[in-house]
Amino acid sequence: MDFRPKIVAFLCNWCAYTGADLAGTSRLHYAPNIRIIRIMCSGRIEPTFILKAFQQGADGVLVCGCHPGDCHYQEGNYKCLRRFKLLQKFTQQMGIEKDRLRLEWISASEGKQFAELVNDMTKTLLSMGPSKVKSSLEVEHLNV
Amino acid sequence: MSAEQTNPKPKLKLAVYWGSACGGCCVSVLDTHEKLLDIVAAADPVFWPIALDIKYKDVEAMPDQSIDLTLFNGAVRNSENKHIAELLRKKTKILVAYGSCAYMGGIPGLANFSGKSEVFERAYVETESTKNPERIFPVTEYPVKEGTLKLPEFFNDVLPLNKVVDVDYYIPGCPPQSERLIEVFTAIVSGAQLPPPGSVVGANDKTNCDECKRTKSENKTIDRFYRPWEIQDDKETCFLEQGVICMGPATRGGCGVRCVEGNSPCRGCYGPPPGASDPGAKMMSAIGTMINADKPEEIDEIIETIVDPAGLFYRFSLPGSILGRKVQ
Repeated sequence: MDFRPKIVAFLCNWCAYTGADLAGTSRLHYAPNIRIIRIMCSGRIEPTFILKAFQQGADGVLVCGCHPGDCHYQEGNYKCLRRFKLLQKFTQQMGIEKDRLRLEWISASEGKQFAELVNDMTKTLLSMGPSKVKSSLEVEHLNV
Repeated sequence: MSAEQTNPKPKLKLAVYWGSACGGCCVSVLDTHEKLLDIVAAADPVFWPIALDIKYKDVEAMPDQSIDLTLFNGAVRNSENKHIAELLRKKTKILVAYGSCAYMGGIPGLANFSGKSEVFERAYVETESTKNPERIFPVTEYPVKEGTLKLPEFFNDVLPLNKVVDVDYYIPGCPPQSERLIEVFTAIVSGAQLPPPGSVVGANDKTNCDECKRTKSENKTIDRFYRPWEIQDDKETCFLEQGVICMGPATRGGCGVRCVEGNSPCRGCYGPPPGASDPGAKMMSAIGTMINADKPEEIDEIIETIVDPAGLFYRFSLPGSILGRKVQ
């Protein structure tokens, strides 16, 4: 069937979201598979948000923040990076492939890079197929 | 003084049942010691497999809603657990998920890191003490000349009680502290206003750190994590500040911080505090930022020292967590 990956993206207000906005105002064409959630800082992202996205059926989750050293709140992106690394070790243990969860730095001027990133992630997910997190939780699996 | 002498009300009917459990929760009821006499003075146990010989058919014969309080401990692992959970739900006014297993899956819930076929393979073929070249596995029905032998069906997943039936209250703990049980039981017997259904009772609204007596500083940074046996605990400083993972920040208080008082880090059996649905995610959030490094490679190096994050952070809560099980 026609598989269209769903990507939930958490973008920080100051760099990544502005970068995504630039991609739009520059009229760049990129994959429409992304659902953007704007947050004030990548340091605000709790592992719960990401796990919930997978539980609700996201095929991939993308987290974007300011480049290291550029955080509007000094060090939110470092906090994000540390949590992310730990979370990714956990999600891999849980059988979620590494490429389904990505953290990238996007500055306010990197509209083009953002569009490329979304295209690239969509392509990767297309080759991987749908995430099995949601179906693993469905009741039919109870009695396999 | 027994409740019966002061209270002319009819005695409550009490049921205690174990699903997929170790028996520790039932023992925690017995661990109320002499207070158990007060419990049986106020309530007649009508069904309690560890203590009374009452058959399932006796429970089936009871009128609906005739049991006042059921403490259901243990997770739901097979069709028998599920059947009794549904039966007791029908017969009971207040159904309590008692203990970590009924609340979030508990230790048996760690089986959700694999599935039924892997569990059977390990248990009936691979275990060092097993010799099973014909690969004989349990079946749910087996005909013999006297009739058909039946066994409950083993589910692929371990489930917390609330994924099978509606649960009125949760009493967390592995096992719940007996004093907490007495408090809850006394409240029910006295007819006190009960919290809204779905509440966690017999536990606090704050985390274990709030009650913990160890000295804590603002400077929480970790250069590497240690397993408890790898360091000499100074018996005074916060475990996390010593680099030992303690589930305190992501665990509801109410146990009296017993593990830490005994110089062992909290393992998280009381489940997440209010407002957090997933204790492991909360824990990763809390300690992730404590990692004292900024470069990805250095962060990786420190995270390497956490050997098994999934097993550690979800020791008592995997089936009740957001992901619930390993992807299959």
